Amino acid sequence: MATIPADTRLAPGRAAAGRLRAVIKAAREAPQAAVVILGGLMLVAIFADLIAPYDPTLPVQGANVFDPPFWMEGGRAMTLLGTDFQGRDILSRLIHGARVSLIVGLMGTLVAGSIGTAMGILSGYVGGWVDQIIMRVTDAWLALPAIVFAIFLAAMVGPSMWNIIIILGAVYWTRYARVIRGEVLTLREREFVKLAEIAGASKWRVIKRHILPNVMNTATVLASLTVGVVIIAEASLSFLGVGVPPPQPAWGLMLSEARSTLMAGQWWLTVFPGLCILLIVLATQLFGDWLRVRLDPQLRNL
Amino acid sequence: MAEPVLEVRGLKKHFPVRHGLLGRGRTWVKAVDGVDFAIHPGETLGLIGESGCGKTTTSKLILLQETPTAGSIAFEGRDIAGLEGTELMAYRRAVQVVFQDPFSSLSPRMRVEDIIAEPLEIHTDLSRAAIGNRVGEVLELVGLQPDVAPLFPHEFSGGQRQRIAIARALATNTRLIVLDEPVSALDVSVRAQIINQLEHLQRSLGVSYLFIGHDLATVAHISHRIAVMYLGKIVESADSDTLCARPMHPYTKALFAAALPSHPDDQQQERTIAGEVPSALRLPSGCRFHPRCPSAMPVCSEVEPTLQPRDVGGVVACHLYG
Repeated sequence: MATIPADTRLAPGRAAAGRLRAVIKAAREAPQAAVVILGGLMLVAIFADLIAPYDPTLPVQGANVFDPPFWMEGGRAMTLLGTDFQGRDILSRLIHGARVSLIVGLMGTLVAGSIGTAMGILSGYVGGWVDQIIMRVTDAWLALPAIVFAIFLAAMVGPSMWNIIIILGAVYWTRYARVIRGEVLTLREREFVKLAEIAGASKWRVIKRHILPNVMNTATVLASLTVGVVIIAEASLSFLGVGVPPPQPAWGLMLSEARSTLMAGQWWLTVFPGLCILLIVLATQLFGDWLRVRLDPQLRNL
Repeated sequence: MAEPVLEVRGLKKHFPVRHGLLGRGRTWVKAVDGVDFAIHPGETLGLIGESGCGKTTTSKLILLQETPTAGSIAFEGRDIAGLEGTELMAYRRAVQVVFQDPFSSLSPRMRVEDIIAEPLEIHTDLSRAAIGNRVGEVLELVGLQPDVAPLFPHEFSGGQRQRIAIARALATNTRLIVLDEPVSALDVSVRAQIINQLEHLQRSLGVSYLFIGHDLATVAHISHRIAVMYLGKIVESADSDTLCARPMHPYTKALFAAALPSHPDDQQQERTIAGEVPSALRLPSGCRFHPRCPSAMPVCSEVEPTLQPRDVGGVVACHLYG
């Protein structure tokens, strides 16, 4: 006596179409200002070599040092945002600086996110003494002031963009580890994870098939919120002289170099890179906030 | 009768509870306290009792999610306690579970085909195509169309999801399925469908079930034999028909009295049990049921009754029938 109801016929392919619609809908709802700023900066960073009018590391031929922006008296159209103390084009340096900021922001976040997510999963799923050790290390890490710690590391390994990325990753992984661990602790008790274990799945398989896909949302949200923090940290390190080494154009470095001339009235040396940092961080935070609300309602009061 | 698929002997699981300053005091929660039963091939054993009586702990012990404090569980004649390597995998393959809540037992991020294929991927080295075929087969077995395989769980109703969970449990030619309140979360109309489907599958595949529930009507309907559990012990056990026809233990009687009559005009004996289930931390002396028992005698609070044969078959642990 098989009782097979008729309501089990579902159209295949409905899932795929539904997903595409969801993606389009999401793109429409995204905060437009943030998307425009981030998208624009990304394009600028990718095509910096084509867009920038001059070499950012060399003085512009025929320009003076401290040329003001074009709309001010003494400003010229050839150097739209003026020149710095070496006669280098500010605009070109800003454009190339976007590349540094974005690379450091994204790669640093990726490094921090990878270490932190791996640690969080290990800690939460394996448990026991592994959990104890990872969590105590995390506590110790969080007790150190991030920037001071980063300066210390940077001073030890020497300044370069890739070193900065690794350092920032090593400084900021702890927040991932904490949050992901918590998430894994609840996931571990979920029935589909228990089912996999009962079916004989290995720990590695459970992590790969069940834990990781379910913490990716949280990791993504954390990442979007970390990008801004990492960019600020990079700018701070560069400002303090232990970040991206000159003459490479980084926004923090530009601020640092212009410090002495700020009082002398050459405001364009500091205001433009400062604005750039403000804009990119604001945009990533707005985007991150939106992503947080969208992907994970539980994290709303993170 | 043939060798039982699963035989449980003197099974105990005590959980330590620390209390007092610095957790120096220690008492034990006797979640399962000496349980014996056997499940034969193609048979359904119903395990019934209130929340907290140890049904779920028993199932966890069988599924190797917990290790027993004492006693043994033998699967097809072999103790499962020391299983390792390929033998352990063979056991994992032969015994599956269906949980109560079909909304949390299916991973929201996996397609139905991947959910059902998981045990196959773990236990067999079948090709993708062969796994796909098997997934289609078991979907048909549980009354779903094979073309639902690429969908996600959230696109199904509760009953359909439970069918998917059953399909997954069947995928590896399972010998025993632990059904942990599989229909408690479903609508009454869907319940009957799932129960009928389970019975049909048992007849065609010869799979055994351990059916855990608190709803007497459902358990009595699907089970061949029923064991009634109260505070970690089996108080009465018999064939489903004889138990329903003649419940003997006052607790079993109370459970029957609490079940809804099949007709609203039926006269029903008022026999509700008073009070709450006592704390498993401080078990009553003597018979565990005596503080709530309507027919308690002085002896009940002093001597713990043992399981004695019932005159109509089965066993009961009650001084009334000493």
